[in-house]
Amino acid sequence: MAHRRTRVKSWLPVLLFIGGAVAAAVYFVENPGSAMAARVLTYDHLATLAAQHVGMVVISSLLAAATALPLGILISRPRLRLLGLVLENLVNIGQTIPSIAVIALSFTVLGLGFNTAIFALWLYSLLPILRNTYAGIISVPPGVREAAVGMGMRPWRILLRVELPLAFPIIMAGIRTAVVVNVGTATLATFIGAGGFGHLIVTGIMVRRLQLLLSGCILSALLAMLCDHLLGMVEEKVKTSA
Amino acid sequence: MIRLEGVTKIFPRQRVPAVKNLSMEVGEGEICVLVGPSGCGKTTTMKMVNRLIEPTEGKIYVNGRDVADMDPIKLRQDIGYVIQEIGLFPHMTIAENIATVPREKGWPEDRIQQQVDILLELVGLDPEVYRHRKPADLSGGQRQRVGVARALAADPPILLMDEPFGAVDPITRAHLQNEFLSLQKKMRKTVMFVTHDIDEAIKMGDRIAVMRAGELVQYDTPDRLLSAPADDFVAALVGHNRALKRLHLVKAGAVARTDVAVAQATRFVEEAKELLQTNNSPVVVVVDGLNRPKGVVQREELLRRNGRAALQDIVNPLESVADEDATLYDALSTMLNYGERYVVVLNHNREFQGIITFGYLLELMKENGS
Repeated sequence: MAHRRTRVKSWLPVLLFIGGAVAAAVYFVENPGSAMAARVLTYDHLATLAAQHVGMVVISSLLAAATALPLGILISRPRLRLLGLVLENLVNIGQTIPSIAVIALSFTVLGLGFNTAIFALWLYSLLPILRNTYAGIISVPPGVREAAVGMGMRPWRILLRVELPLAFPIIMAGIRTAVVVNVGTATLATFIGAGGFGHLIVTGIMVRRLQLLLSGCILSALLAMLCDHLLGMVEEKVKTSA
Repeated sequence: MIRLEGVTKIFPRQRVPAVKNLSMEVGEGEICVLVGPSGCGKTTTMKMVNRLIEPTEGKIYVNGRDVADMDPIKLRQDIGYVIQEIGLFPHMTIAENIATVPREKGWPEDRIQQQVDILLELVGLDPEVYRHRKPADLSGGQRQRVGVARALAADPPILLMDEPFGAVDPITRAHLQNEFLSLQKKMRKTVMFVTHDIDEAIKMGDRIAVMRAGELVQYDTPDRLLSAPADDFVAALVGHNRALKRLHLVKAGAVARTDVAVAQATRFVEEAKELLQTNNSPVVVVVDGLNRPKGVVQREELLRRNGRAALQDIVNPLESVADEDATLYDALSTMLNYGERYVVVLNHNREFQGIITFGYLLELMKENGS
């Protein structure tokens, strides 16, 4: 029973975020406030922007996780600790470049479009995942690792059965950070023609229509919260089943 | 059996060796305790046995085989390894922790589960209660027990223990030590045990290796260490009260004198007086028909009494008693507590086994000491 109750409790915010987004969409489409905003704020158009936004975030985050996790594991190996230090510092410097600059730079090389946006978002979310994977594995207490080695566990078994499970919460925190930041950064992708909720915000600013601006902000904020909560649920699920 | 031959370890970028030309042998079924101040190389020595550290020079043999020629994974799986409680895997249950080595060895699952339960019972933890708990749910002492159970999981012939009882309070530590010693009586593992606590070394060791600055200063039995320390360093380590500490090494049951005055409770004072003429026992021990002591009568009191009185009417309650498993230290402590010059030793069935008098204790220690 207790189990069921916690499951209901964790699904409740999901419904709340989705319900909130739908309610906001309905409100803005029904009350555009001006003829100009009404042309942009249609159900069809919002659905397209949502699909673009979610698509960019999901694809770029998955690619980032697929790259940064193995890389983080690699640089945490004792033999590559030096490389780890170098890479970690590079990554920290990289993080100081503003996200809009990353998008603009990618555009100069790759041109306009969805794929460029994916590349830029991928690059920008590598950093938190890589850093947290490395930090998570490094933080495994030396005594625990020593016991594992001393009992004759093979290195890859230690990684799978000891290091990764212990580092998991920290790695997940990195992924959550990356995804939430990603949802925000994806609003800038409209500048290179990749669409997304950023389209509403940028148009709203240009034509000075508060409804447009607000709808873009609210929808991407709700998407960010939804993603964070869903990943939190994944984390819980993995923790309890392991 | 573990044998070290001329083992030296120099860590990279260090000029002073951590272990210097060390040769020693740990016999089959023996507990060898490595003891010394921190930085003396005792842990380094132990870790070279399971190749967590590779020696710079020298050979190490485990059961006759040079460890340098063995696959380190296989070697380690056949050597139980206990470190302080910190070494339990915090994300795994107690059962999973204990199952680590059997799982690495690829045992079938049902055999692993069986073994986990056997081991939990062995270290005194109820499997039903503890199997699915996490290390964080256990007390320090329970975690140490799990650590020992985990090391024994695949029944290795050799155990390496690095301060295994270091992180618990003194009372729990004494319990764990006693339990381990009684386990060891049955298991007869070859154990290398590292501690910085000389009292623990004296209690646990069949042989003690005292180390200083990477060198073996003395490798001897606890008794020899206490009675004949090799130099001032060892003497200082074992402490100025080493004579007292030696009392820890002898069991009361092993030395209790049986040539003393014992009489049935139904006998008369007269008969007891005769008994006292043939030996100089300070008391007459009065026993019942099953040879269980009911009490004592002091020599002086007996001599004052009328010969026709029955012993059971004048007997004094027995206070100064010790178990046959008690050490002479405990026996002396009991004497001092009750202000008596003797202690009556009972066997496991509470039957009379003998007595130890103060004078006899002095004699014993004198002849052992020389």
